[in-house]
Amino acid sequence: MVGVVGYGAYVPRYRIKAEVIARQWGADPEAITRGLQLFEKTVPGQDEDTITISVEAAKNALRRAQIDPKEIGAVYIGSESHPYAVKPSATILIEALGIGPHVHVASYEFACKAGTEAMYVAFSHVKSGEMKYALGIGADTSQGAPGDALEYSASAGGAAFIMGNERVVAEILHTHSYTSDTPDFWRREGEDYPRHGGRFTGDPAYFKHIVEAGKALLEKSKMVPKNFRYAVFHMPNGKFPLEVGKRLGFTKEQIETGWLVPWMGNTYSGSSPTALTAVLDVAQPGDLIFMVSFGSGAGSDGFIYRVTEEIDKVRDRAPKVRQMLDEKKVYLNYGEYAKFRRKIKLNE
Amino acid sequence: MRDVAVVGTGMTKFGELWGRTIKDIFVEAAHKAIEDAGVDHIDSLYVGCMSPGLFVGQEHLSAVVADYLGVTPVPATRVESACASGGAAFRQAFLEVASGASDIVLAGGVEKMTDGADVTDTLATAADQEYEVYQGITFPGLYAMIAKAHMHQYGTTREQLAAVAVKNHRNGAKNPNAQFRSEVTAEQVMASTMVADPLRLLDCSPVSDGAAAVIVTSLDVARKLKKSYAKVIASAQASDTIALHSRESLTTLNAVVHAAQKAYKMASLKPTDLNLIEVHDCFTIAEIVVSEDLGLFEKGKGGEAAAKGLTSLECGKTPINTSGGLKAKGHPVGATGVAQIIELYEQLTGRAGSRQVKNARRGMAQNMGGSGASCVIHILEGQ
Amino acid sequence: MITARYHREIPQRYRLEAGKCQKCGQVHFPPRRVCSKCKGTTFETIHLSEEGRLVTFTVVRVASDKFSKQTPFVVGIVELNDGLRLTTQLADVDVDKVEIDQKVKLVFRRIQEDGRAGILCYGYKAVLA
Repeated sequence: MVGVVGYGAYVPRYRIKAEVIARQWGADPEAITRGLQLFEKTVPGQDEDTITISVEAAKNALRRAQIDPKEIGAVYIGSESHPYAVKPSATILIEALGIGPHVHVASYEFACKAGTEAMYVAFSHVKSGEMKYALGIGADTSQGAPGDALEYSASAGGAAFIMGNERVVAEILHTHSYTSDTPDFWRREGEDYPRHGGRFTGDPAYFKHIVEAGKALLEKSKMVPKNFRYAVFHMPNGKFPLEVGKRLGFTKEQIETGWLVPWMGNTYSGSSPTALTAVLDVAQPGDLIFMVSFGSGAGSDGFIYRVTEEIDKVRDRAPKVRQMLDEKKVYLNYGEYAKFRRKIKLNE
Repeated sequence: MRDVAVVGTGMTKFGELWGRTIKDIFVEAAHKAIEDAGVDHIDSLYVGCMSPGLFVGQEHLSAVVADYLGVTPVPATRVESACASGGAAFRQAFLEVASGASDIVLAGGVEKMTDGADVTDTLATAADQEYEVYQGITFPGLYAMIAKAHMHQYGTTREQLAAVAVKNHRNGAKNPNAQFRSEVTAEQVMASTMVADPLRLLDCSPVSDGAAAVIVTSLDVARKLKKSYAKVIASAQASDTIALHSRESLTTLNAVVHAAQKAYKMASLKPTDLNLIEVHDCFTIAEIVVSEDLGLFEKGKGGEAAAKGLTSLECGKTPINTSGGLKAKGHPVGATGVAQIIELYEQLTGRAGSRQVKNARRGMAQNMGGSGASCVIHILEGQ
Repeated sequence: MITARYHREIPQRYRLEAGKCQKCGQVHFPPRRVCSKCKGTTFETIHLSEEGRLVTFTVVRVASDKFSKQTPFVVGIVELNDGLRLTTQLADVDVDKVEIDQKVKLVFRRIQEDGRAGILCYGYKAVLA
């Protein structure tokens, strides 16, 4: 049996409300929050980045897994906001957690699905027998251009998953990936902000890839939507995951436990991974979880998990993501937000 | 060890000396001291300077000043102990004469801080670079943490801190060489810009340029040269951990306690035998803590004493910082320790003008580096 | 930031690795060659506790250039549960609501960076527990 042996999430404490951003740019706050089904998003502190978020999430995963960090054979972090363009984020993470140095490390990027890529590769290494444990993390401090639609949702957070073959908490039964050249959203080297194709990001990109990967996964596993207790999809805003779930045949009830986006925003590579941790925080032994991510450019990674009895032993060993989202929040005004996110031109 | 005396002094005004170079201000002070002493040569010189390298890009300062003072080929050495560089330079001069190795030695100090270096960064090199400064702490921040701990433990108040600044400005107004010659009120102190809670701008000594020098000779030479001189009856030095977090206590400066004990023993004196003390008031809290650690007041009562005027020129039994202290006189880092000796000399030889302490016979100079990691103390006696 | 200088301190800043004197048990952080208590020279590597309390602090409002955009921020001395004290920033805190004796725990944060193109420097900060 191969799957998740430890999981953990981390979101920063700072928030900014969608209505504050709307007023800044002269947009209608009501229309925005209603249209996107998004109220507020997480903002990283000035001293936080993809690496620090990954470290805190991975610490939570280690608390749950209770393994010797030195037994982890590979560490992958997927993000679109790696602090270095050249120097993998995990080189710093392994030193912080006492992993390695006899370990394989790499950074993944694939817009919002870099996290599930890291998870997939980590899982594959354990499944192939290559190593006992592998750690896959999705984390981001995503950046939205000032005044752009993405500014309402681009947020910060991440989740970490230790894959193993002993004391498995959520067995991975099936995976499937689907990829094509669909330029819906991208960022050129050297540019500060990404660009996107507006409504082109919808049907030809987000919906197409999730639906295709989802259908293939259902076929592969010979399952149907109602077999699943929970469904997790990439969440660029509040509306899209509910709509794509509907198209695949899932209900709102199945989706809503992982539906963190109205209060978290889109944590990009952290999006579906953190949603998965929210589900694991409450799932019961025997529950089936259906998960499909989406990364612009474009592609989707799908997973089917079955929760085991081990979840009851493991769940309470570390903080839960819903708690992190709901407690000790600090709200920022737009000026503070712009300062934190370095949107202000400094005299450097 | 034979007896040693200070026979001549010289210093520049302290302040923002935009048009002056580091060597020029040192030479002004040194030359004045040589003339004042009436010596026709010096056997060696010591120059205290915290960081000519970081402030003006010049190391090997000893050679530079020996050259520009025109005293080559005498031996010249730069001494560094952060803000205690001047006091340490004076101590080296004392030891060289006391040992008999030399008869006439110049002890000077200088700092040129206004040439554009990041002063906060440079001063912070006096603290633990990797485990204090790396984390973002500043110099005022370190003393602010001492202040907060002192307030928490002993109930020292914001008003008591202000009383130190008010007193030192009142004294500084009487000092022609002081950087600030205007008085301040407690209200002004407590309303000034916050630097690091609870320390405000007027709790902090300023950024200054300046130089100070003294001539130190054997007692025999002194008697031949001058009618009035000041004998050095104690010289002591002590160290403590570099980082504030490694100290035994956050509210007691052990380096001060140890150096003071050695100094009192060497001079066979008690704290109450002193007629005046120049204390290293880099921040108002420093004067309060040091006044306790020198044994003048019970631990925790330094603030109360300052507020009651027990250390004032006008009515204090042991006036502290009649020169205006670092606060009002200025704090060109390397020069400070030597300027303290000059104040003692002026007071003990009756030349302190409107700052004169009546019947001043014995004075102490307490110079300190970093957040208290080094301390140099001297006691001088007049005739 | 000189990269070698940064690299040497990683075990301490990332993992709180300290040296415990094998003769007298005194803990040194960072580790050192000679025990300050008994002058012993053999040590074992231990990891410091990550929880403690604030013994003093200040709110830095005027900082060096490197930290100037972060003011006001809190720096304090934390006494960890194993007795060792260290200097650290307090993150995610309302600067007006900090008090001596508050319980804190250490977290991993970015401490500073060497300008736009130099290395990123990480380490520990404290948050209220």
